[in-house]
Amino acid sequence: MRITKIGYKTQRIILISAFLLVPLALLTTFSLYPALKLLFYSFTSFNGLTNVYPWVGIHNYIEIFSNPSLFGVFLHNLSYFIGGLVQNVLALLLALFLNSKIRFRNGFRAILFVPYILNSVAIVYMFQYLYQDPGVLDMVLKFVGLGGLQADWIGNDKLVNWSLAFVSLWEFLPFTMVIYLAALQSLPRDMYESAVLDGAGAWQTFRFITLPNLRSIIQINLLLTVSGALESFNIPFIMTNAAPGAATFLTQTMNVAFVFDNYGLASAMAVVLVVIVVIVISVQRKLIGQGDDVV
Amino acid sequence: MKTRVRSADFLGVVVKYMVLFIAVFVVLFPLYISAINSLKSNSAINNLSPLQAPSHLDWHNYVTAWVGGDLGSAFFNTFFIIILAVLGNVILGTMVAFALTRFDFALKKYIMGAYLLVIFIPTMTVQVAIFGVIKDLGLFDTRFAMILLYLGTNVVQIYIYMQFIRRIPMSLDESAMLDGASYFRIYRSIIFPLLAPATATVAILQTIAIYNDLYSPYLYMPSSNLGVASTALLRFQGPYSDQWNLIMAASLIIAIPVVVIYLILQRYIFAGIVAGSVRE
Repeated sequence: MRITKIGYKTQRIILISAFLLVPLALLTTFSLYPALKLLFYSFTSFNGLTNVYPWVGIHNYIEIFSNPSLFGVFLHNLSYFIGGLVQNVLALLLALFLNSKIRFRNGFRAILFVPYILNSVAIVYMFQYLYQDPGVLDMVLKFVGLGGLQADWIGNDKLVNWSLAFVSLWEFLPFTMVIYLAALQSLPRDMYESAVLDGAGAWQTFRFITLPNLRSIIQINLLLTVSGALESFNIPFIMTNAAPGAATFLTQTMNVAFVFDNYGLASAMAVVLVVIVVIVISVQRKLIGQGDDVV
Repeated sequence: MKTRVRSADFLGVVVKYMVLFIAVFVVLFPLYISAINSLKSNSAINNLSPLQAPSHLDWHNYVTAWVGGDLGSAFFNTFFIIILAVLGNVILGTMVAFALTRFDFALKKYIMGAYLLVIFIPTMTVQVAIFGVIKDLGLFDTRFAMILLYLGTNVVQIYIYMQFIRRIPMSLDESAMLDGASYFRIYRSIIFPLLAPATATVAILQTIAIYNDLYSPYLYMPSSNLGVASTALLRFQGPYSDQWNLIMAASLIIAIPVVVIYLILQRYIFAGIVAGSVRE
């Protein structure tokens, strides 16, 4: 029987089920089911090795908030957050320049975007070399007359998180910049033309036209900055093997699970992180209003 | 008065180009340092300043890095995983997006909600529980662990596809139905081909994301013969620590393929980043 002989009503049912069966099975197996399991583990002292799940109630959660080596590492994440704010300011500035009358715009954009697509391990190795003590960065500082700033960029616990946050800024600024640039390019030109006719200067057009119109995209980028800072992992993991002075909440979570075999506690940490991210997102959505009227 | 405005404009232009050139310098400087030091012989890397280019270019480091890091098999594993995962994500992603945008049905709301939930919960945080699933399925230390994981956790493409399908007029579907085309035929012969630009974007973005992913292959494929680009490079530093000429050569071997893909296909990447991060 040819398929067209089947009525559209029956076809509809067949197609919807056939098209969704495999994707939903995969989504359930690798995303939804693990998420539920994570929640369950978080109330146990499961060690990942034996199949026993001793119930410990909220003990793991109490442990997280009372043990400074667990919750305290959020201080390290703070460096990434502050770096992320700087990243947003610089990205917006570069996007504004790229959006103005300028030669080689595509060339600039093409080069400035490169860090974002490079392999993270390669990026970290490059910076590890620059940060050697004494190394390239120290030499450059000396060359430009800032020799006094030379330091042990990775070995010094007071500096290491800032050094790593800079690598993060270097890697992700291009992404932020491209989003700002796309938003700027979608702003209607005639608004600017009439502002210029009214005698508005560059700062005034930026302050009263560009900035208000970018409100929601700035909020989206800040949201990505916050969740990115909370979830920092690759850079400290590769550069310092998640050494105590540079551990972030996520590297600590993975260590607790895969090095110390304390899956229960690690699951609770993961749940805490997800809850914080969701709270941040909801607050953000409330601030934006509907959160879907973007660009 | 007029000249004052002009000189202010001129100053603005100078500042603009200066900032852009400084930014370009900051981007290119680490790459330049890596490149010159990857080309130094063992004696040159110890005796020359890191800022100084070698007088004799020693390409041998690239051979040593390739062989010593087993980068050939890393590239094979990476591309094997990318081809199957991206192909699967394109086929399944278009199917899901088609079913969810063209039809209304009882469970639709909940399915959309499930996909949104997955966007909110970063895969990284769920690794602790995914680990058990991978083990129970007997996938641990196989390439299929990665392929299935990427199929089950990468969901951004569904949003990109849904945006594109909403822009395809329903009248195309309706006139095909008047000609007696089945829903499957509408998907295969009308919707899927019209999604080609979105597919290009999805394929490139996922290729780059998978190529640069580190922690999942690190967790699920620990065997030394199952290295991928990221993990092979991560393991490289152990035996060659402090041999920075070799480490830089290996880093550039791993980094350059994506740069080439990017330079050729930039257009699709920029389109996709905007579509993927600004969801409707």
